[in-house]
Amino acid sequence: MGVIARLPVYWEKLPGGGLVTTSVEKVLNWSRASSIWYMIFGLACCAIEMMAAGASRYDFDRYGMMFRATPRQSDMMFISGTITLKMAPRIRRLWEQLAEPRYVVAMGSCAISGGGFFYDAYSVLKGIDKIIPVDVYVPGCPPRPEALMHGCLKLQEKIKREGLVEAFGDFKEGQAEAERLAGRWILDRLAQR
Amino acid sequence: MTPETAYRTEEFQVNVGPQHPSTHGVFRMVLTMDGERVVDCEPHIGFLHRSMEKMAENRLYIQFLPMADRIDYLSSIFCTVAHCEAVEQLMEIDVPARAKYLRTIMMELCRIASHSIFFGVFALDLGAVTPFLYGFRERELTMDLLEMTTGQRMTFNYCRFGGVADDLPDSFFPTVEKFVKVFPARLDDYDRILNENEIFVARTKNVGTVEASRAINYGWTGPNLRASGVDFDLRRNRPYEAYGELGYEPVVLQNGDCYDRYRARILEMRSSHELIKKCVEGLPEGPVQAEKISKFPKVPAGEVYVRVASPRGDYGLYLLSEGADKPYRYKLRTPSFNNLSMIREMLLGVYLADIVPIFGSLDVILPDVDR
Repeated sequence: MGVIARLPVYWEKLPGGGLVTTSVEKVLNWSRASSIWYMIFGLACCAIEMMAAGASRYDFDRYGMMFRATPRQSDMMFISGTITLKMAPRIRRLWEQLAEPRYVVAMGSCAISGGGFFYDAYSVLKGIDKIIPVDVYVPGCPPRPEALMHGCLKLQEKIKREGLVEAFGDFKEGQAEAERLAGRWILDRLAQR
Repeated sequence: MTPETAYRTEEFQVNVGPQHPSTHGVFRMVLTMDGERVVDCEPHIGFLHRSMEKMAENRLYIQFLPMADRIDYLSSIFCTVAHCEAVEQLMEIDVPARAKYLRTIMMELCRIASHSIFFGVFALDLGAVTPFLYGFRERELTMDLLEMTTGQRMTFNYCRFGGVADDLPDSFFPTVEKFVKVFPARLDDYDRILNENEIFVARTKNVGTVEASRAINYGWTGPNLRASGVDFDLRRNRPYEAYGELGYEPVVLQNGDCYDRYRARILEMRSSHELIKKCVEGLPEGPVQAEKISKFPKVPAGEVYVRVASPRGDYGLYLLSEGADKPYRYKLRTPSFNNLSMIREMLLGVYLADIVPIFGSLDVILPDVDR
């Protein structure tokens, strides 16, 4: 019963056993939310706090979050740091390589908007959401590991609310299309360089 | 078929990075391989070029102060100390003794934080996970101390022109006492887990050996240079802040291989620990900020070159002022760039698996390379 109590199911006791009812959606979302494997991909300062959040004191493993070294095995990607124009097309490609359903957490003010510091730098992309859809924004410069954990818990909540279709890229892409198209010119221009 | 043609192999190319867990950020190498051997290596940098030097020219001196923290985020306080010292030298400000000591304590704590990350990440690159957890455990101890003093965990923004932002809080002294007491035992843990480890030794001893002359020619500094047998450390040879009064002897090792570069950093943590102990004991009383310093200084015209011994080597800052409230030229000589510049020569002829320890042992940090 201990495990069952935490599952998103309805348990009805019958004489000689019981009956469990649930929906595929709920079980899938529950398992996705409780084992988010993130890609170990550091860009700048925030990467150190991301590593600290995964290491001894803060310990992401408690939420079933493990780091993987390749996008093919990961569900989620932290954009941890400043995105330069040289790096932007490569991040887009990495995001395309993530297995669906895939999630993105923009960590720190550089990833959110180009940052409080790099707003007038000629070589910095002003926010990752110009090229890929973002699920959770965690502000800070860099955010504390606690803040990052809060962001991950928010992501779990979001995953648990999702429908079966919504989790997948096509839907998300459609949702984020307007923003993406707005940022598309950046990628196009970078490709020409 | 003659044996020569039978065993002839084709060269092929391997791309490493920019997304690769052991490139410590965003560094790309295009390797030409002959079987397991590296024939050629073409390094690509600039994936984290944030135009720091140019932006410094468009900001007030005080505005660039928190940004200097982000140049080398693992040893951020060194960058701000260099920035403040440059301004202080041009304006001829005398920094109070207590402020100098506080800067020194914070710098040494930051050095321990940086080296313990190196310890964890270097071992993780070679496949050992436990040291990673150990390293971050000790980093959190130093982070506690730095955070209670400066209010930030990584990018401290602690120095000011003519001193530091604030005095130590009362809770600092019991915490640092505890830290000073517990830290040597933790370093013994480090020694026990890796020094005699057969896999670790096999993968790092006599790998990536750099002799003293070559290290000097490439402008290597810091623990990398001292691991090659060159006895040079800014903290002793050109003392700044409180180092002159503390009396510091650098750690010098002879072999210049990956193992010695790793050992040099571990031993440096021990001497940093000694320095912190001495600093806290001999901490002078007095103000932490020189009087009557404008927050928005107009720096007199002139040029200055400041060197600070950051955990990666000599961090140099050339500042050219034309008498305005913004610098005219802000040139950085970052240690990681010089340390990385030998990477092609070091990788020629080594096995593919040796690339990871060689690159890891240099302890470069990419924003420090790309600025």
